Amino acid sequence: MNESLQGFIKTLLGSLRDLTPIVLVIGFFQLAVIQQPIDNIAEIGAGLFLVVLGLTFFIYGLEMGLFPVGEGMADALAKKGSLPWLTIFAFLLGFGTTVAEPALILVASKAAEIAAAGGVIENSAEAISSYADNLRYTVAFSVGFAIMVGVFRILKGWPIQYLMIGGYLGVVVMTIFAPKEIIGLAYDAGGVTTSTVTVPLVTALGVGLASTIRGRNPMTDGFGLIAFASLTPMIFVMGYGMLI
Amino acid sequence: MNFLTEFYQSLISTAGDMAPIVVIIFGFQFFVIRRRMPNLHHVLIGFFYVLLGLSLFLMGLEQAIFPLGEQMATQLSDPEFIAGDKDISQLVWQDYYWVYLFAALIGFSTTIAEPSLLAVALKAEDVSGGTVSANGLRVAVALGVAVGIALGTLRIVIGTPLYYFIISGYVVVMIQTYFAPKFITALAYDSGGVTTSTVTVPLVAALGLGLASSVPGRSVLLDGFGLIAFASLFPIIAVMGYVQLSEFLAKRDEKGMEN
Repeated sequence: MNESLQGFIKTLLGSLRDLTPIVLVIGFFQLAVIQQPIDNIAEIGAGLFLVVLGLTFFIYGLEMGLFPVGEGMADALAKKGSLPWLTIFAFLLGFGTTVAEPALILVASKAAEIAAAGGVIENSAEAISSYADNLRYTVAFSVGFAIMVGVFRILKGWPIQYLMIGGYLGVVVMTIFAPKEIIGLAYDAGGVTTSTVTVPLVTALGVGLASTIRGRNPMTDGFGLIAFASLTPMIFVMGYGMLI
Repeated sequence: MNFLTEFYQSLISTAGDMAPIVVIIFGFQFFVIRRRMPNLHHVLIGFFYVLLGLSLFLMGLEQAIFPLGEQMATQLSDPEFIAGDKDISQLVWQDYYWVYLFAALIGFSTTIAEPSLLAVALKAEDVSGGTVSANGLRVAVALGVAVGIALGTLRIVIGTPLYYFIISGYVVVMIQTYFAPKFITALAYDSGGVTTSTVTVPLVAALGLGLASSVPGRSVLLDGFGLIAFASLFPIIAVMGYVQLSEFLAKRDEKGMEN
């Protein structure tokens, strides 16, 4: 018990240290540059305490739940030796975790407003919400597709840079043809799709697969799933902008 | 009471985000793999900790950091603040120095606190047997984000099209990929994708949209987005650069020893 308490305190101190830079930056700008006193300082202090506590619990849960599950699934599916199930799992994991992602819902509705304002679609509530939903499904599909291809890459042992360079070329080509209004948004869509729960799971899945399959190195082959999953949404969103 | 309602709401919304993942994982476990999950008890507690941790984390962010940070982003990009005693129409890009500094510092500090990056860094340290240190990786990524977002705000002020920067960034990444040690490539690419989630996005988005709406001649729609893209590209360059630099230094030391 004593030992686990020590571990908890150590993690807590780590979280505290991780948060110090934000506090310093905000404090400095507020006091030295904007020169306004911070009101409701007690509430802010309480909020910071929650952030530190939350981060600490998250790290605990990561090591206890998310990492073992991701690796366990990778191991079990690889031992089962069924490529179709592994592929379906990879796709669902990407699609399922992205479609409900709050940041994506936000970006999709922004995109729909832009499209309506630009006259690309009809400026009605119905058209806007169907545009946003379709965009969201497009991005979720592209993430599912990316994780699927990424898992396939680990199985085959292809170097990651081939996929990435292919993806970059895709982004460049789409940028040339896509409507100008969608480009900034499409580039941002790549960054917001991977959530805090998805990242550890997908990372553990990749590393787990690469350590189970003979001849793969977890370091060179295990990583890279997230990277590809943040590249494909850019291509698909620009494609969506061109089609509509 | 207020605290409890807010906590409850935060818990429900996090549970909603986690639900699809839990359904997929346990669905596969019971229908496809058909074996009891090892340490099921342990794993369930782990998931509960993740749920609890993220809920508290998000709630704290909303209460302490987002309101201040967003307000600050808007104030710093306000033309009247930037102009000071000058005439607003006479502003040149150098006058926005507080914005660039704020962008770099907020990019660095939010990235250090980003839980997804922490997860990947821990895994990388574990897998590499300590060759890649978790904290070293996080600092390299955070420096990349800092440079990326500062450049991104500079771009909004100057008005160069976004894709010039992004495409040149890609070229640099490809050249580095060719020369950097193979073990770091995949990890470097991944660190681009994980930098921008819970903490960074809301603050950076507020800064981009605020700046684009206040700089004369910029459109929020065309220029407001795109900061996130910078924040996901530059860490790749920074991480590969960090490994290349440490390799270069190690080689130079070896040579120095021989002589």
